[in-house]
Amino acid sequence: MSSVFVSSPYVAPVNSLQRLMIQVIIALLPGTLTYAWLFGPGVLINIALACVFALLIEAVVLKLRDKPVMVHLTDLSAIVAAWLFALCLPMHSPWWLVLVGIGFTMIAGKHVYGGLGFNPFNPAMVGYVVLLISFPREMTTWYLPASVSGATLSLSEALAYSFGGVDIQQWDALSSATPLDQVKTGIGQQIAISDIRLSPVFGQFAGKGWEWISFAWLIGGLWLLLTRTIRWHIPVALLLGVVSMATVFYLLDMESYASPLFHLLSGAVIIGAFFIATDPVTAATTDRGRLAYGLMIGCLIYVIRVWGGYPDGVAFAVLLANMCVPFIDYYTQPRVYGEQ
Amino acid sequence: MPRLHHFPGGIKLKGHKSESLVRGLQQASLPRQLFLPLKQHIGEHNKPLVDVGDRVLKGHMIASGSSLICAAIHAPTSGVISAIENFPVAHPSGQADTCIVIDVDDKDEAAVPVLPDLQQVDAERMIELICRAGIVGLGGAVFPTSPKLSRGKAQGIDTLIINGVECEPYITCDDSLMRNYAAEVLRGTGYLQRILRPQRTVIAIEDNKPEAIEKMTRAFAPSGLKDTEIVAIPTIYPSGGEKQLIQILTGKEVPHGQLAFDIGLFCQNVGTCVAITRALEQDQPLISRVVSISGDNIRQPGNWEVRLGTPIRHLIELAGGYLNGDSAHLVMGGPMMGFSLAGDQVPIVKASNNILVMREETIPHSPGYHDECIRCSKCTEVCPASLLPQQLYWHVRARAFDRAEEFHLFDCIECGCCSAVCPSTIPLVQYYRAAKSDIRAAQKAQIKSDHARIRFESRERRLLLKKQQEEERRRLKREALQKKKAGSTAPTVDPVQAALERVKARKQAAQEEST
Repeated sequence: MSSVFVSSPYVAPVNSLQRLMIQVIIALLPGTLTYAWLFGPGVLINIALACVFALLIEAVVLKLRDKPVMVHLTDLSAIVAAWLFALCLPMHSPWWLVLVGIGFTMIAGKHVYGGLGFNPFNPAMVGYVVLLISFPREMTTWYLPASVSGATLSLSEALAYSFGGVDIQQWDALSSATPLDQVKTGIGQQIAISDIRLSPVFGQFAGKGWEWISFAWLIGGLWLLLTRTIRWHIPVALLLGVVSMATVFYLLDMESYASPLFHLLSGAVIIGAFFIATDPVTAATTDRGRLAYGLMIGCLIYVIRVWGGYPDGVAFAVLLANMCVPFIDYYTQPRVYGEQ
Repeated sequence: MPRLHHFPGGIKLKGHKSESLVRGLQQASLPRQLFLPLKQHIGEHNKPLVDVGDRVLKGHMIASGSSLICAAIHAPTSGVISAIENFPVAHPSGQADTCIVIDVDDKDEAAVPVLPDLQQVDAERMIELICRAGIVGLGGAVFPTSPKLSRGKAQGIDTLIINGVECEPYITCDDSLMRNYAAEVLRGTGYLQRILRPQRTVIAIEDNKPEAIEKMTRAFAPSGLKDTEIVAIPTIYPSGGEKQLIQILTGKEVPHGQLAFDIGLFCQNVGTCVAITRALEQDQPLISRVVSISGDNIRQPGNWEVRLGTPIRHLIELAGGYLNGDSAHLVMGGPMMGFSLAGDQVPIVKASNNILVMREETIPHSPGYHDECIRCSKCTEVCPASLLPQQLYWHVRARAFDRAEEFHLFDCIECGCCSAVCPSTIPLVQYYRAAKSDIRAAQKAQIKSDHARIRFESRERRLLLKKQQEEERRRLKREALQKKKAGSTAPTVDPVQAALERVKARKQAAQEEST
C-alpha cells in the first residue's frame, strides 16, 4: 500500500511548458521562412547562433545556480527567447553582437531574477535594447529585400559576414535604412509622406518585403490563438492602440503622419502583438489587465515612433509596460464568485 | 425548461463513466465484520449507545450525538458488537478513529419498523423522522439533512434543486441510482416539497447520462409532482458543485459568507432523496448506499449497494480484485477532489460515493519537483470561482498568508481545475489546502492564546482588585480604629492626672482647714 499521500487531482497533466514552447516555435516558422526568402539566409544564421549561445549560457548559469540543467534546457524557453531576440537584429550581424545580446537576454534578462517565471522584463527585449543603445551603428545597418536590390547575400556570404571574414563595406550598396527609419527621417526634413513613399523601398502597404513578413507573423499569431497558446486580449488591445492613435493623427494631417495600415505592417508591431507582448511571464495576467497592458504598449509604440528618438518603439514600449504589470494586475482583479 | 446560465471557467474531462456502467446495480454481500466510524458526517462526534457483547438488529440505533448538527448511526445488519476501538477510517489525514465493530451473524434480522401515517404527518414530524434515520447529504459533503431542512424551512425556499449532476470522472453511483430507483428519487423529492414548500423544483442531470434522464422522465408522469421539471445540463466540470449548479440553473451567486437557503435555494442530492423515501416509507435508517468502484486497476468496475461499514477490501473482492498486482492506489471520491486512502481495510461510510482503484504508476507522484509558474493564467481561465490561482500560489509559496486571504484563498472550492491545466504541473490545490490548514491552525492557536491571555489578564485584574479591596478594608479598619480612639479620648480623663488632681485637691483642702 502506498504510504505517501498525494493530494488530488489525480489526472495526468494536459499541458506542459515544452508543449507551449513548441507551439510558439511552430507559429514563428511562417514569418521566419518568409523573412529568409525575401531577405536572404542571414536571419537563419542569427537564429542558429542565438539558439546555440542561449543554450550554452543557460547550461552554465543553471550549473552555477545548482539547478537541474537538462530539465530546464528541454523546456525550450531559452530557444524561444533566443529566436525572438535574433529576429530583432539586423539580418546580417556579426557573431559577437549576437553573443553580447543573448548574454544580456539570458543573464541580465532572466537568470539574475531567478530564472524562468521570475523575470519582470521581457528577456529578449532586454538583450535587444542593450545592443540598440550600445552598438547603434551595427544595429541600424539593415539590408534591402531581393525585390529592391536585385540580390541578397548567399548563405556562404552571409556566414562570412557573420564571422567577420569579409569587409563590411563591400556590401554597402545593398544596405539601407528601414522603411520606418526613412519615414521618420523624411518627416524630420519636412518632406511630405506621399513624396517619401515614392522611394523604391515602399511596397503596397508599407516597406517592400516587410509587409509580407508582417502578414506571415499574423498567420503565426492566429495559430497561437487557435491553439489557445495565447489569449486574444493583448494582441487585440495592442493593435487597437496603434491603429487608433495612427488613425487620429492620420486624419488630422495625412502628409505628416503615416497611415494606420503603414504603422501596422511596418517594423515589429505584428510580431510584437502576438509573440513579444504575449510573453506570459512579463505580461499582465487578468483579462482586463491584459487589455490595459496591450493598449498601453500600442499607444507607446506610436508615441515613440512619431515623437521619440527611435524609428520603432516596440521594445521600449514592452519594457515600460512590464514595469506597470504588478500595478495593472493589482487593480484589475476579477470579481470573485459571490462578491458584490 | 428554464434558461440555463454559465459559470466562469470549468474544464471538459474524459468521463470514464461507461466502465462502471456496463453491469447493472448489484447488491453487495455482507462481510464478516462491519466497521462503523462514530463520525460519518460534518459536525460533532457521536457517542456509542451500545456496549461490547450487545446483540443488535438491523436498523437499531447504535450511536448518536447530542448537538444539533449530528447524524445517528444504525446497525446495517444484525450481529454482535465485538469492539469499540480505533481503526483506520477514510480521512485525508489517514488517521484512525473510533469504530463500532459488528460481527455479522448473517441472519440480517431487522428491527420491527414503526410506520408513520404519511398522509397525516406534518413537516416537523418528517424532519424528526429524517433526523432519527441519520440521513446526511450523500453527494459527498455529508452535512446532516435534518438541521439543513429546519433552517431551509424557516428561511423560506423559492427553488428546490435536486442534484443528479455527478460531474466528476469515473463516479457513476448517482447515475446508477437514478436508473434503478427513479420512482424513489421522485417520491423523496415530493417529501422535500412537502417540508419546504418551494415555488418550483428543478431536477438537474448532466447530459452525459441519457439513460438516467430517460428513466427519471418516464417515472415523472406517474409521480404527480407539481411545478417540477427535469433539466439536462451541459457536461462541464465542476457543474455538480452546489454553487456552480445554482449559477447554471438560476444565474444567481450565493453571496460571500452566506448559504444557499439565504437566497431561497435548497440543494439536495438524488441519493439523499432515496434515503428520505426509505426512512419515511419503510422506517429504514441510512444503513447502505450505492458505491461505484472504478479505475484502471480493478477487474470488474461497477456499482454496488453496500452496507455501511463494509471494508473496501470486501468490495474489491466482489469486483474481481485488482487487475495488476495485489495492491493499488485507492482514492475515495473522484480523481479531481477525492483523497487517497491508507489501505483497503478502510470501511465504506456515508460519504463514500466512489472508490477509485488506480495503478500506482498512473497517479501523478508527490511534488518532488515541478516547473516554475510562468504566469500563463490558464488557471485563471478555468477557475469557476474567478480567482487568480497564480497570484494565490505566489503568495502561498511566500507564506504571505494575509495576502493570500486578500486574494480570496478561502473562496477556493478545491475543484482541481487549475492543477489539471497547469503547464508547469504545479499541484496548486495542494498548496492551497496546505495554506488553508496552516491558517486555520494559526487561527486556532491564536484563539487559544487569546483565551490564555484573557484568562491571565482577568486573573491579574482579579488579584489586583482583591489586593485593592484588602487594602481598602484595612484602611477602613484603621480609620475606624483611629476614629474610635479620638472619640474616647475627648470625654475620658487621664486617671493619673485625675489622681494627681484629687491629691492636689485634698492637699488644698487640708491646707484651708489648717489655716
